[in-house]
Amino acid sequence: MLNPEISPDRILVISDVSKIYGPIKALQNVSLSVGSGEWLAIMGPSGSGKTTLMNIIGCLDSPTSGRVLLDGLGLDSLSSAELTAIRRESIGLIFQQFHLVSYLTALENVMVAQYYHSLVDEKEALEALENVGLADRAKHLPRQLSGGEQQRVCIARALINHPKLLLADEPTGNLDETNEAMVMDILHSLHKRGSTIIVVTHALEVAAHAERTLVLEHGRVASDVRNQPYQK
Amino acid sequence: MLSNRSFALRMVLWSLLRRRSRLLVALTGVTIGATVLLGLVTLCYDIPKQLSREFRSYGANMVFVKDQVGGRLTHGDLESVRETLPADRLVGLTPFRYEPVHNNMLPYTAVGTYFADVRLTSPFWRVTGEFPSEPGQILLGAEVAEATKLQAGQRISIEGRNTNQDRYSKDFTITGTVSTGGVEDAFIYLSLTDMEEMTREPGHIDLVEASLTSGGTPLGDLADLVRRNVPDIEPRLVTRVTRSEDTVLTKLTWLVYLVTVVVLTLTMICVTTTMMTVVMERRKEIGLKKALGAENKKVAREFLAEGLMLGVLGGLIGSLTGLLFARLVSYSVFGRGLNPEFHLVPLTVLVSALVTVVASLWPVKKAMEVEPALVLKGE
Repeated sequence: MLNPEISPDRILVISDVSKIYGPIKALQNVSLSVGSGEWLAIMGPSGSGKTTLMNIIGCLDSPTSGRVLLDGLGLDSLSSAELTAIRRESIGLIFQQFHLVSYLTALENVMVAQYYHSLVDEKEALEALENVGLADRAKHLPRQLSGGEQQRVCIARALINHPKLLLADEPTGNLDETNEAMVMDILHSLHKRGSTIIVVTHALEVAAHAERTLVLEHGRVASDVRNQPYQK
Repeated sequence: MLSNRSFALRMVLWSLLRRRSRLLVALTGVTIGATVLLGLVTLCYDIPKQLSREFRSYGANMVFVKDQVGGRLTHGDLESVRETLPADRLVGLTPFRYEPVHNNMLPYTAVGTYFADVRLTSPFWRVTGEFPSEPGQILLGAEVAEATKLQAGQRISIEGRNTNQDRYSKDFTITGTVSTGGVEDAFIYLSLTDMEEMTREPGHIDLVEASLTSGGTPLGDLADLVRRNVPDIEPRLVTRVTRSEDTVLTKLTWLVYLVTVVVLTLTMICVTTTMMTVVMERRKEIGLKKALGAENKKVAREFLAEGLMLGVLGGLIGSLTGLLFARLVSYSVFGRGLNPEFHLVPLTVLVSALVTVVASLWPVKKAMEVEPALVLKGE
């Protein structure tokens, strides 16, 4: 019988994961699975373990106990260098603070991800910027871009290497309503094209875009529910 | 199409050029280090030459005599010595011939020489009046002038006997008196040509004095060279001059080396501190790059390349300012310029680049310890 843990339609399977920092139990026996092409929102108050879970899924941290399978590969026994390789190959990261390299243009910021992944391709990077509506801002430095534009560059950078999983940490946390709508539209469009998306957010209206919402409280899963299909 | 290597180079260049204020701080440190380094090394090269010229004011540092007791040198020996010694180090070469003479029944020593050469080998002579410039003129030692009560413009009669005991006598016009505080004060000086005519015995020289600058082949080795090349000649070093010259130069050179090492160490500390600051300021960027999947070695290479470029740029600018610095020091201390040692420029750039890269190693190691998770946490 096929092990459900390595079922091909499950891109992420987390089983009984705990993370303990000294006396603090950031995560306690969290289990979760995410299907390929699924859009999951992770919610919870501050200190609920959202960021810790995000770091573990994003291969930026390792659990104290439990198992994490990303695309069938166990992450819990991997070295730092192996985790870096998985981050490079399989995960696209979108940050609340955008985190663009200040001395590189929008285009070069996208190419940075190509450079660390494999080979730089200026044409492909420019296409990625076109896809987020920023072709005309390609030669601008981050300080010459608005917050919304910087976030779209961040999205273009996250997508440039065609990751299996897109992880977004409060992607609209620093944006106004117009830019928030623009970013959410991009995520919808990616979802329609089959991208697997996990969004960590405080905002109910952002979580409502997802197919499913997982709520964490005190490091435990408080609820895991399917959302109503999103309607504008 | 842009290659990965070109893109990496572009990243490093933009990192330096688009963060100009940071670049200037780091570059200033490296440039000052390179300036002082090249300046001091140039002075290290030049100080012996400059001081050597200063030491020449103390007189000859090598003399030549016949190696047999009572033997005399010839004009041929003088020319052989001149041809053997390196022309670029030979300040002057002066022959001296000593003859016992009388004036008013009182004995004196007359010295035949070439006054143009004396000016070069014995710049410490204080002459009241003028050096003889024409045949029939004479210069009195201060003690002789005192004893004879004669002065410039008056005439003096010199008489004596040559080796064949033939009597000779000649009148000379006094052009001045010489005072050194040494044995020179007791002699009567006339041109060697006049002496040869007066004694009717041409071709004899008792002593040749040489004044040579330091640097390059040691004086002892030059003396051996003359000993090998010129038969029956005995070169002798004037040890009171050469020893004090060697001692001062050696101590000064070591002092400059010591200062150079201190400056290099300070430069390294300065660059390490600057690079440490750069790394601390760019923790977020390093974390981001690692979060994007950058291998540690790639991030390390970027920082080391920045260090290398800073070192090369600082080394080039510092080389130019270092040459100016050395020139200024030479002017203010020795009152004359120096020849720029352009061959030291590539060496300075190399040392500067090396020091910057080595100084960057520790900060880069710290950079590798940055946790990418910090970026996600927004810290």
